[in-house]
Amino acid sequence: MDKQIEVVFAGFGGQGVMTAGQLLAYTAMEEGKQVVWIPSYGPEMRGGTANCTVVVSDDRIGSPIINNPMSACVFNRPSLDKFGSLLRKDGLLLINSSLIDVKSGRDDLTETLIPANDIALKLGNPKVANMVMLAAYVAATDIVSFDTLGGMLDKKMGKKKELLDINHRAFEEGRKLIETIKA
Amino acid sequence: MVKKLMKGNEAIGEAAIAAGVRNYFAYPITPQSEVAEYLTWRLPEVGGTFVQAESEVAVGNMLFGAASTGKRVFTTSSSPGISLMQESLSYMAGAHLPVVLVNIMRGGPGLGGILPSQADYFQSVKGGGHGDYQLIVLAPSSVQEAVDLMILAFELADKYLAPVMIIGDGMIGQMMESVEFPEKYRDESNPDEKDWALTGAKDRKPRIVKSLFLNPEELEINSLTLDKKYREMKKSETRHELYKVTGDTKILITAYGTMARICQTVIDELEEEGISVGLFRPITLFPYPEKELFAEVIKDNIEYILDVEMSTGQMIEDVERIVKGARPIDFYGRTGGIVPSPNEIKDKIREMLKK
Repeated sequence: MDKQIEVVFAGFGGQGVMTAGQLLAYTAMEEGKQVVWIPSYGPEMRGGTANCTVVVSDDRIGSPIINNPMSACVFNRPSLDKFGSLLRKDGLLLINSSLIDVKSGRDDLTETLIPANDIALKLGNPKVANMVMLAAYVAATDIVSFDTLGGMLDKKMGKKKELLDINHRAFEEGRKLIETIKA
Repeated sequence: MVKKLMKGNEAIGEAAIAAGVRNYFAYPITPQSEVAEYLTWRLPEVGGTFVQAESEVAVGNMLFGAASTGKRVFTTSSSPGISLMQESLSYMAGAHLPVVLVNIMRGGPGLGGILPSQADYFQSVKGGGHGDYQLIVLAPSSVQEAVDLMILAFELADKYLAPVMIIGDGMIGQMMESVEFPEKYRDESNPDEKDWALTGAKDRKPRIVKSLFLNPEELEINSLTLDKKYREMKKSETRHELYKVTGDTKILITAYGTMARICQTVIDELEEEGISVGLFRPITLFPYPEKELFAEVIKDNIEYILDVEMSTGQMIEDVERIVKGARPIDFYGRTGGIVPSPNEIKDKIREMLKK
């Protein structure tokens, strides 16, 4: 793992980007990393897009604001437009291809299409698209282990058993998708 | 101790509870509203009380009243709200009351915006209210430090019988980081043992908590008593941190709060390019670590000072006062809620080195 990893989760309000970022932050902390989770809390939240940045590091984290992050998971077109151009060279971009029908247009990024909403719908609940995406990101980067991630989900969502199950299945689907691509 | 991942605003609320506070008065304002949201359910769990006041002016007066009883009390707000409390702050300083205020600063002046800013340095450090008084001002740069400084704030307020202000920008309030709370900490102070507190005058002479002294000799004595406290604070309570200040450091950055963290990233990245930059981060803005800063800047290897703030330049006036022309001082700042990026600051430093 790099010394420091930064990832942005960005989408419409309601797509669960804040939750996905928080779950990643909790999991990385559980594995002994330094973490910062910072939301956009500007007026753009009311316009329908929201994003959060998660920074994971072995050392003390300096700037919590990352102008050019190394990776992003974008859930809608405005988020692709905004973060596609901000990513660092050789960055990783996961695109929710259920809702976005274009790519960034850059040739210096690794871009992976994740039909997160379609997969979530097949599982029976469109709300778990965020967990499909999170699992794809984790599988693509090995930033945390799936054991810790699953355990953290149980801890945070343990009271709602029926939701817990579908979220775990969403993790499984996101992970399988990346493994298929890798293979 | 258990590590928790918490938003700065929530951690500030929990830190107050850890410090033994059971009385909180506030009025909601972005970007600090989560403190009140958190304490709405958390304070009743520990037998405490949160009163949402009708305005920030009322909050100030509720603090004045509650602090007079010798109990630990605090409020949180953001820039425009803190402005409304300046009258009672001046009164509480004049009446020697221990109280803690947290300002999660947003862009100003006026109603301004809701994004991070450090433009309330003058108001906090130079006295936003009237009269010869100062606040102890503490500036955290992480969520953990915000928790630690909350505990310290209540101890300093009790020790000096003076208002203490914690200033953080919007990022400190909004970001989540891992934090640990001191589980064994106990508030040892007992209101009944405080010889000034209004605890009911049964079987003893009544006490008066006031800032009104119509006799000029008496008022001067009060002002001199305050001044004596401030001198003692300057001697005993300054705190600061150095980052990568070495015998090779050419440029010394002065910055506080989150801005100082961003400068750490700048320093790390420039180090990889072979440029040695160090950071002087004051943690107490009043009393300012004056001797400590002066001792660093007059070292032979230091050529320039760069003051970086999320304002058009406020702390720089203290830096200039302390450096007394011993080294040239440059400034970089963004304001209105825009946070300077590491790249902008690096460009500024490269430009300075060309001179």
